[in-house]
Amino acid sequence: MLRRDFLRYLFKGLSLLTLGEGLKKIIWPISVNAALPPNRWLFLVDTYKCLGCGFCVQACKLENEIPVQANVSRTWVERYVVTPEGTLTDSPKEGREGFINNRVELAPGRYQNIPKEKIKKGFFVPKLCNQCEKPPCVQVCPVGATYKTGEGITLIDRKWCIGCGYCIMACPYGMRFFHPQYHVADKCNFCYHRIHKGIKPACVLACPTGARNIGNLRDPEDQVKKIIISQRVGILKGEYGTKPQVYYLGLSEEVR
Amino acid sequence: MVLEEIWTTKELFVYPNEYIYWSVQIVMYPFMTGLVAGAFVLSSLYHLWGIKQLREMAKFSLVFSFALLIVAPVPLLFHLMRPERNFYVFLTPHFTSAIASFGIVLFLYGSVVASEIWFVYRKYLVESSRKLKNLINKTLGQKIKYGLLTLLTLGAFDLSEAALRKDEKAIKILAGVGVPIACFLHGYAGFIFGSVKANALWMTPLMPVIFIMSAIVSGVALCMLTYIVIMEYKKFQSKKNQPFSPYFARNEIKGVEIQVVKITSKYLLVFLTFSLSLELLDLVFRGYTAVKSWDILRHVIYGKDFFNIFFLQYTLGSIVPFILLLIPGLTIRRAIMALLLVLFGVFMMRWNVVIGGQSFSLSFAGFMHYHLPLIPQDLATFKEGLSGALVIGGLPFFLFWLLSRIFPVFEGKEPL
Amino acid sequence: MYFLRPLMVFLGLAGLILVIRIILVPADFGIHEQGYLYGWYRKSNEQEWVNLAIKYQGRGYCQDCHGEPYKSILSSPHRGIECENCHGPAGDHPTNPLKLKKNTGRDLCLRCHSYLAYPTSKRSEIKGIDAEKHNPSGACASCHDAHKASKPG
Repeated sequence: MLRRDFLRYLFKGLSLLTLGEGLKKIIWPISVNAALPPNRWLFLVDTYKCLGCGFCVQACKLENEIPVQANVSRTWVERYVVTPEGTLTDSPKEGREGFINNRVELAPGRYQNIPKEKIKKGFFVPKLCNQCEKPPCVQVCPVGATYKTGEGITLIDRKWCIGCGYCIMACPYGMRFFHPQYHVADKCNFCYHRIHKGIKPACVLACPTGARNIGNLRDPEDQVKKIIISQRVGILKGEYGTKPQVYYLGLSEEVR
Repeated sequence: MVLEEIWTTKELFVYPNEYIYWSVQIVMYPFMTGLVAGAFVLSSLYHLWGIKQLREMAKFSLVFSFALLIVAPVPLLFHLMRPERNFYVFLTPHFTSAIASFGIVLFLYGSVVASEIWFVYRKYLVESSRKLKNLINKTLGQKIKYGLLTLLTLGAFDLSEAALRKDEKAIKILAGVGVPIACFLHGYAGFIFGSVKANALWMTPLMPVIFIMSAIVSGVALCMLTYIVIMEYKKFQSKKNQPFSPYFARNEIKGVEIQVVKITSKYLLVFLTFSLSLELLDLVFRGYTAVKSWDILRHVIYGKDFFNIFFLQYTLGSIVPFILLLIPGLTIRRAIMALLLVLFGVFMMRWNVVIGGQSFSLSFAGFMHYHLPLIPQDLATFKEGLSGALVIGGLPFFLFWLLSRIFPVFEGKEPL
Repeated sequence: MYFLRPLMVFLGLAGLILVIRIILVPADFGIHEQGYLYGWYRKSNEQEWVNLAIKYQGRGYCQDCHGEPYKSILSSPHRGIECENCHGPAGDHPTNPLKLKKNTGRDLCLRCHSYLAYPTSKRSEIKGIDAEKHNPSGACASCHDAHKASKPG
């Protein structure tokens, strides 16, 4: 008797729930054709064109109020010098003063000069926040201080960040840092304040060779989009599953 | 200069924004929560599983667990760059982050331990409250004590047989519920590290389990150590007061003490075995599979940190105390040495995970060196330096002493 | 009867936190476009970032008042370099800052013109010097005009 009653109640309950869910879908359908955000940002870096001048790093720091002399930056330039014995990499002062000699910095104060004949390849790789589609940094924020906007930019709420540093540890690319004055997390946001006014990010503006370019997936005429879909491009650290939105031309296997 | 540059030096290619952001306080935090979990599990061995020989230890470790719990968030407060915003984790928790569950788990676990302590001490609270009530001219201290004790009774003055039996049942239920929560309290700390895919050393599903096992080891060791210290003190006291406190006869104390220590050390060895096996398993797997990060990890584990890992953590911190505790005829002196080494080993494990994981760059082509600030020069080097760590190390003992003035931790007369 | 009293105490504390939460959490804090995983935040923060002041104006901003060097550099090999790269961000110039700097230090020019023989990089295609050998103690501007990017004379 008891079992039958239980089963009867169970059946009734489940039917009601299903009916309720069904009604919900009929009355408030999730509109499939809801307006997509007008912008969806991408970035393209051409490492063949990068001169290592470092103007982008300087421009970024000045535009985004990061103290220039502080050894942190929202963007930086790495140098790779490939010799038969191996590859040497450095990024002295994040590249903000450029690369003005051939001495690779092994540690602060320790340099290595590489004779010209040994250099098989040499190139510069500018790096910035990849605005990942699946950002591990956002996943680990305990208070919701960092987030992805509808347009795909990951921002940080300076008024809400508690400074735990979990997002800094979680970024596989090392893009995040603590702002030296505000003592909250900080990172590149594609110059959010500039792109929303229709002008280019500071680093894109400053680049003399056009090695840096920002693109918009929603713009049918977008040049960056055209290059990405028609040329051989690479991304950084794809194996982490972050789905980065910064694409590279001329990415080489030595690039860290 | 960036704050973290004070204690970080870089070598070879390290990304510009990389520094040692998680320093000594993040080593202290899992160490403290580990002690909390371990002390609670020890207390539950008596209350839940009825292991009679641990009765002396049970009350003591329960109160100690609570004292440790109050201290556990302090390393986090010292670490946060914006400590005044610490409560935001309670306001807008983002549960996709392991750290967000800190709020829930702390609150839940705190409730369970506090409730269990309440049930264990309810009889004492009621009796003391009644005794104080009957005193005619109370001193100020006695008035405060009376007020506090009565408040703590929560109005439950029933001391009948049935009520006391229900108390026992409640204690058993709470001890049972508390064990998985204690495991979660420390397991989530392991999850914080194990789930960071960006860090090649931390990323392993074994991390939460390793953390829990070594947590229990550390908690049991700390309780045993403090127990021994207190029993030695009582022996010393009874030597002075022989005619006045016959209960605390020296030989009696000695006999009980060594029995309790022997039994508890067996449980310590079990968890120590688990802990060591898991860590070695992780190491063997890494070397065998040799993924991309193995090159740099090898340099860290077998090169830079070899002394810290193999000598300090494994040999001194695990194998030596293992042998010391296994040799038949355990003496108090040998037990003390083994327990201190165990605690040191667990601390080194936390150190090697947290600092070791930041010893190499995300580029896998460079290293970072951590220089613990020894002498505080400003607030930052105090908070994230040796002095801050020592303050946190000492705080639980002070709190425990405070709590033991309200809740007596040993059978018999007045509190400590 | 009294066994649930500790539970009542802690439920009370939890309730208190929930009430305090209603007061302290901003109204626009919630789940936004990207869902709970990536979109848990305070919406008004987006506008706060949009409101940040713009410092780099781009060379079009300089054209009206500084026509000479503007035209000169555009017809020189330096046409890719923004005015503000060497002179600093314009901001609200001339209101604020009143003057922009004329940086005549060597290090500015060496960023590109310290020759680095790097195959596969455009850097090796830029005419450059060995900084230790070519006029090591003097300013580049004493012989070269940056807006003309010409050899001396």
